[in-house]
Amino acid sequence: MEKRILKDENDRVDGIFKVTGKAKYFAEYALPGLTYGVLVTSTITKGKITTLNTKAAEKAPGVMAVLSHLNKPSAPGYEQDGGSPLKIFYTDKIFYNGQPIAMVVANTFERATYAASLVEATYTKEQFNTDFDKAVADAKAKKLQGQPDYKRGVEDAYKTAEVKIEEKYHLPIETHNPMELHGMIADWRPNNQLTVYAKTQGVKATQGTIANVFKIPNENIRVNSEFVGGGFGMALRTWPVEIATIMASKYLGKPVKLMLTRMQMFTMVGNRPAAIQTIGLGAKKDGTLTGITHLAFGETSVYENFTEGVVNMAKFMYQCDNVNTQYTVVPVDLGVPIWMRGPGEATGAFALESAIDEMAHALDMDPLEFRIKNDPERDQQRNLPFSDKNIKEAYRIGAQKIGWNERKNKPGSLIEGQWKTGYGVSIGVFNANRGRASVKGILKADGSLVLQSATSDIGPGTGTGMTLIASKLMNIPADRITFELGDSSLPPAPSQGGSATLSTVGSAVNDVCVALKSTIAELAANANMDATSNFVEVLKKNNLPSVEMTKQSQAGKEREAYSMYSFSIHFVKVKVHGLTGVVKVDKIVSVGDSGTIISPKTARSQMVGGAVGGVGMALTEESVIDHRYGRYINNNFADYHVPVNADIPEIEVHFINKPDPYINPMGAKGMGEIALIGFSAAVANAVFNATGKRIRNLPITPDKILAST
Amino acid sequence: MINFQYLRTTTSKSALSLISKDKNAKFLAGGTNLIDLMKRGVATPEKLIDINHVPLKQIELVGDTIIIGALASNTAVAEHPLIKEKLPLLAMALNAGASAQLRNVATVGGNMMQRTRCGYFYDTEMPCNKRQPGSGCGAIGGFNRMHAIFGTSEKCIAVHPSDMCVALIALDAIVVLANPKGERKILFKDFHRLAGDTPQLDNNLKADEMIIRLEISVNQLAKNFHYLKVRDRASYAFALVSVAAALEISADHKITEVRLSMGGVAHKPWRLTASENFLKGKEASATNFEEAAKLAMKDAKGFGENDFKIRMAPNSIIEALTVATSKA
Repeated sequence: MEKRILKDENDRVDGIFKVTGKAKYFAEYALPGLTYGVLVTSTITKGKITTLNTKAAEKAPGVMAVLSHLNKPSAPGYEQDGGSPLKIFYTDKIFYNGQPIAMVVANTFERATYAASLVEATYTKEQFNTDFDKAVADAKAKKLQGQPDYKRGVEDAYKTAEVKIEEKYHLPIETHNPMELHGMIADWRPNNQLTVYAKTQGVKATQGTIANVFKIPNENIRVNSEFVGGGFGMALRTWPVEIATIMASKYLGKPVKLMLTRMQMFTMVGNRPAAIQTIGLGAKKDGTLTGITHLAFGETSVYENFTEGVVNMAKFMYQCDNVNTQYTVVPVDLGVPIWMRGPGEATGAFALESAIDEMAHALDMDPLEFRIKNDPERDQQRNLPFSDKNIKEAYRIGAQKIGWNERKNKPGSLIEGQWKTGYGVSIGVFNANRGRASVKGILKADGSLVLQSATSDIGPGTGTGMTLIASKLMNIPADRITFELGDSSLPPAPSQGGSATLSTVGSAVNDVCVALKSTIAELAANANMDATSNFVEVLKKNNLPSVEMTKQSQAGKEREAYSMYSFSIHFVKVKVHGLTGVVKVDKIVSVGDSGTIISPKTARSQMVGGAVGGVGMALTEESVIDHRYGRYINNNFADYHVPVNADIPEIEVHFINKPDPYINPMGAKGMGEIALIGFSAAVANAVFNATGKRIRNLPITPDKILAST
Repeated sequence: MINFQYLRTTTSKSALSLISKDKNAKFLAGGTNLIDLMKRGVATPEKLIDINHVPLKQIELVGDTIIIGALASNTAVAEHPLIKEKLPLLAMALNAGASAQLRNVATVGGNMMQRTRCGYFYDTEMPCNKRQPGSGCGAIGGFNRMHAIFGTSEKCIAVHPSDMCVALIALDAIVVLANPKGERKILFKDFHRLAGDTPQLDNNLKADEMIIRLEISVNQLAKNFHYLKVRDRASYAFALVSVAAALEISADHKITEVRLSMGGVAHKPWRLTASENFLKGKEASATNFEEAAKLAMKDAKGFGENDFKIRMAPNSIIEALTVATSKA
């Protein structure tokens, strides 16, 4: 691989590779003797495999093996009882429709595909339910739990408030659908040496999971994932199909490649879980919030539990003495969900931020004014000051840019022909995480700096951000700095998730740069040189080709003294057609409040991507299942509607760009999640303002607008 | 592998001779639908006869008839000056379909021959009378949000997915078909079929025939026209409902000629004859448009998830007529 070079701060280190096809993704590694795995999947939703006939497949041309529970390819960790992951090839149970039940490996992909069609299974079927709404209705009697309940002040205080609302909000299953299909190339060598080319948001996490399942030391496993074609959370774990690929390679002693089909992306690598939420809000007539109740049901699977932070935001986002939340997960007979961008907070924010708008309307207040009135000075949940929060300023900037003064508080006031115009606002917030990471820095006498860390770049611009941090600190031009990532043999870093990479890995880059500078200063002193001497001269004088050091960095006590969050404000202007119900997003303004902006270009790109994802969540995205069969109906890119260019208007992005004084040495916070969190509510609020129609059931498709009165 | 033979021919004569010999053969034009169907195991032709090199790409004016070759690409038709000038409704409908990449390879004949996008048709694990006669209709009682409200049968409620065809039926196109004995012409409205008891048949093309060209008379409908496509996203989405409207308006604002058709509502492009008859000779007014829309909805029947179309369709007719007649 050529070096990833950054020319200036408006560039991306990997941009040229991505647009010229030089960026190499996992599926492009053409290992000698590569074989191809294709999965056979269950056509029933629940029950047991009674027979599995693999004979015809085994005899088909080019087929090397058919793996299933009948031959149980070796994975020592799967021998043990217990543990929740779906143990492919170690169970004859069917937990959902489309579950992998066998893998055919052949010398070409086409042959494996054909042979997979020859595998025949018979089943004993059991009653199932894939309908989340029904599961929630049935679940009331059962004692299910997601996360502990939360209460501050009086429970359900909204019920006795001067003004109250209580509404229910529905979210369908959404599927991540990154462009790049999921899969893996596994190359198991004698002496239990394993190399994998993966699509993962965490090479170290993948390495650890594999070590655990196959009972081999971490050092035997090399995970490569230099380029990832979008993750959005679905590559935050090592999926059973990846373990199956490694099993196949171990079984055959040959490298095996598995790449899912687009259809399989709906059933094997998670989804944003469906949710049903009830929000109760109470306020005084003057607009003071007096009670927030947020009750949520989230979808999970029967074979593995999944929980996320759906009700987090209600606990601290608004000044309110009485808050209670409850979050319960309800299993259905589908594959297990996983975090999808913004994760649970985005789900929760749709409900909360819609409800806030509904309350403002009930109070006959401008929703912006209502929000500002209830903006908290301190985090009431943790009883701490915020480390850095500039929401009022963000509201002001966004309102001015979207033209909020054009907005009328009375819905349906702005009409031009059949088009009704409306404005909406919402807030997004996500914990400003900082984990522990190590970075190795190699400062060379040729004037270059190499930085290494086993972090990932699923698209946000990690390499670019890290390069800019180092360039500024070391006063080295960015094009002399290389940041290496996506390789498990590099110094450890956490997975790329929860908007933490910039803060976590960036801090380690900072620390290693500071350490390198002090080493150079010592070397300069030893050589009787001026302390400000250029490191190239210092290294040469000391006859050193390079110096290198590794630094681990993590948060300290500051996290106990301050509540740390990133914030975003989304303003949306929509036009809704009175006769057809079509919603057109006319303008978007997103304002990020996430500390110092390290890389203006990639930061803006994050916010733009989040807005586009938010338009999808609000208006178009829904994974549809026929509950009679338990099978997905729209599992392709023609029918699962991610927004297209024609759906996306001008997107303006602004940043507060003030350092958070406490979070980390750079004062910078992540923004991957806040770019999306709350966005869908801004759209729903704008639709309400345009039409007076409140859609509480995403996505807001034209039929729902027409059906709503 | 499921093997198939691939043949390439350069004349319609040899294409016809090849297809008449083998009932499991299919013509391959743009392939934007057929290849998908083959990947999904829905179509399993034993022979593919590539007709892309047959010279049927002409777009020309002969006398007062516009001729469009069956292999002209959707883009070529939509962007052709002759079509833009004389048949702007067709250009507009074409540009509402699929995506630019698909339109670049999809052909006129292929567009007519494309199969429904009903999810049950594509999933071989699900029942579908169109794919497997007698297996049942998954959409009835299932996911039928995209499905038909007109001319449905107990066997099938799928819709024809084309936008182009909605314009062509409105324009009274004539389809010229070739067979080993010669040519025959049929009206566009008679090309596609309702599902009835034979949902496996989308159209009346015989096994030994191929579409050669379309013939469309030059008309006076190029000024007041509109193609309205209501869909879930602004591009690359099939119609919830679509309306093609083209009118001739006299100086005193009377409707002297009108063509109205809909997509996304039936197993074939749906011509609104009763509405047309009502509007002819009347004033182009909101009241009349409303009445025409109401007339169009006689016999509409919803299946649950697509009930909204019974409201969306007349609204869309009104909107299309309003836009078409407000052009100066």
